[in-house]
Amino acid sequence: MTEKMNIVEAVNQAIHDEMEADENVIAYGEDVGEDGGVFRATKGLQDEFGEDRVFSSPLAESGIAGTAIGMSLYGFRPVIEMQFSGFSYLSFYQIKEHASRMRIRSRGDYTVPLTMRAPYGGGISALEHHQESPETFFSHSQGLHVVIPSTPQDTYSLLRKSIQMDDPVVFLEPKKIYRAFKEDVDTEKEVDLEEARIVQEGQDVTLVAWGAMVPVAEDAADEIDADVEIIDLRTIYPADFDTIYESVEKTGRAMVLHEAPKSVGFGAEIAARIQENEILKMEAPVERVTAPDVPYPLYTLEDFYMPNKDRAVKGLERVLNF
Amino acid sequence: MREEVYSGSVERIEVMGTDDEDDFPWIEEDEYKELYKQMMIARKFDEKAFSLQRRGEISTYAPHKGQEAAQIGAMFALEEDDWVVPSFRETAAFIARGAPLDKIFQRWMGDANGQKNLSELNTLPVAIPVGTQNLHTAGLGMAMEKKDDENAVIGFTGDGSTSEGDFHEALNFAGVYSGHSIFFVQNNQYAISMPREKQTKSETIAQKAIAYGITGIQVDGNDLLAVIKAMEEALEKARNGEPVLIEAVTYRLEDHTTSDDSTRYRDEEEVEEWKEKDPLRKFKEYLKEHDIWDDELEEFEEKAKEKVDEAAQKAIDADEPEFDELFDYVYDEMPELLKQEKEQLKKEVDQ
Ligand SMILES: Cc1ncc(C[n+]2csc(CCOP(=O)(O)OP(=O)(O)O)c2C)c(N)n1
Repeated sequence: MTEKMNIVEAVNQAIHDEMEADENVIAYGEDVGEDGGVFRATKGLQDEFGEDRVFSSPLAESGIAGTAIGMSLYGFRPVIEMQFSGFSYLSFYQIKEHASRMRIRSRGDYTVPLTMRAPYGGGISALEHHQESPETFFSHSQGLHVVIPSTPQDTYSLLRKSIQMDDPVVFLEPKKIYRAFKEDVDTEKEVDLEEARIVQEGQDVTLVAWGAMVPVAEDAADEIDADVEIIDLRTIYPADFDTIYESVEKTGRAMVLHEAPKSVGFGAEIAARIQENEILKMEAPVERVTAPDVPYPLYTLEDFYMPNKDRAVKGLERVLNF
Repeated sequence: MREEVYSGSVERIEVMGTDDEDDFPWIEEDEYKELYKQMMIARKFDEKAFSLQRRGEISTYAPHKGQEAAQIGAMFALEEDDWVVPSFRETAAFIARGAPLDKIFQRWMGDANGQKNLSELNTLPVAIPVGTQNLHTAGLGMAMEKKDDENAVIGFTGDGSTSEGDFHEALNFAGVYSGHSIFFVQNNQYAISMPREKQTKSETIAQKAIAYGITGIQVDGNDLLAVIKAMEEALEKARNGEPVLIEAVTYRLEDHTTSDDSTRYRDEEEVEEWKEKDPLRKFKEYLKEHDIWDDELEEFEEKAKEKVDEAAQKAIDADEPEFDELFDYVYDEMPELLKQEKEQLKKEVDQ
């Protein structure tokens, strides 16, 4: 079945369809119930599935994540919401040191099939702490899957798959493009979390991006006079580096575009891996276009902070003209 | 105008040496004996673990000596379908739960295979970060309520851990969601070197329950029977969706761990005072007073030592975990990326 949806509607539909398919799927978090979450991602779910399965929880991020671990040990598949990714740090310990380790600590005896969703990223002129990109923190937490969709179809398919996984998943939703566009979503389509998506093929340079940077990459590729291959990473960890290697073997040049700060951002990992594996195929150093190493600013300065099409184009020019 | 809008209270339970002894016998004679045996095995386990640590078989050990009554009493009234969430000092509780002794040793010897198959006992693996595991207790209790099950979960935590935010979030969630959770605080007077009086301004730890709308009970944690009584009451409530906080007042007779030196922060006199209240001796005297003591129990100390020695040897002789196990169990299905890293490391470490 296909239906036109934007990203936030795809989130809603995916949770809905998983709840319908499996009675152990439950959804909770701050304002998730009656209100449907501050972005309405869970809108209508409580009406349909009842307060027992969809509910607003006390305001406590560690509490939400930690109780979800307990619930998942008892057979539930909790889909929990962090209201904003900038507040997910309060739950970080539970996710990093407990959710991610329960399987190995018990030698595979216990698993924690929880999905933690959080709207992430900037560009919406929000308050302080409402625009962070924490993917690196979670990617450095072994035992998790860290997933970031960039299209409604991917959002739907990746989220369903995440909820079905027996491992914990951190699902970061690019809120800047929550409602940016609609597309046909095929609800039958299944995806593999471990596979990057080739957005468009090209011969001259490989451009890797994720989340809200994917449309920026597309705009930049449109503008520049070169044949750009765009890869949407989709899963930050465990990342599909093979698709990147294959691409740079063809293009010999690569750029990473992300909105998290540069130092120790995931772009650094991509650049390092390309260097380790493909150095003899490379015709230029890997270029990174990212946010600077400063806290996300109040919004009058955010246009300088967030990478945009122009910066992406300049980055591509640097790597092409090296 | 001012009027009182709330006042709460906390009760303390003691049994041995009080009028409540009139209740005797309120469990089966065999059960009294079994409890004594569990306490003795736990005591011998502690002693053995110490000597193994000195011999280098165990890297660090957290002793429970002095807390046997609290832990074993807490476990006594549980049913098989009740769940247990331990912290790191709950070796006696593991013993009472029926975990194989050699497996417990194996984990202390640094091999997580000692924690395999704990799901058969509805028991979680040991959690080292203090306080954080209370949220798992709360979540399990919430899940039981949601599934309309009539079981309960007991989660262990220390007096120091009650300062952690997660402890408070756990009590709050359990209260809000009618969790089937019992939060069992072993107030052993110290969090490493930090005495209980400096940890919190609360007069009792049990009273912290009041703020979350759940029941708080204080119990003499060196009085095995009082602990059992408190747990029986708590279980009845928890099975009905009324969470309970139990504060078992007890004392850690040994150092915090084998790397600690408790003489730096507490004096001999205090330790001697608590040695007088040693729960094992206290229970032995009680059994004698009530004519339950017999030759079998008299000889059990030797037997317990043998059992523990055998288990320790079995753990020492157990196969070391394999290189592959470093990578196994991280994910349900090993990601390609991890497979590659595994192959690379394998070459580097020559496996
Ligand atoms: C989150 C966290 N912080 C610090 C430590 C280091 N640490 C281990 S035990 C301990 C004291 C715990 O005291 P308490 O909760 O009273 O338990 P007890 O050791 O007395 O059994 C500390 C600070 C830890 N394990 N976890």
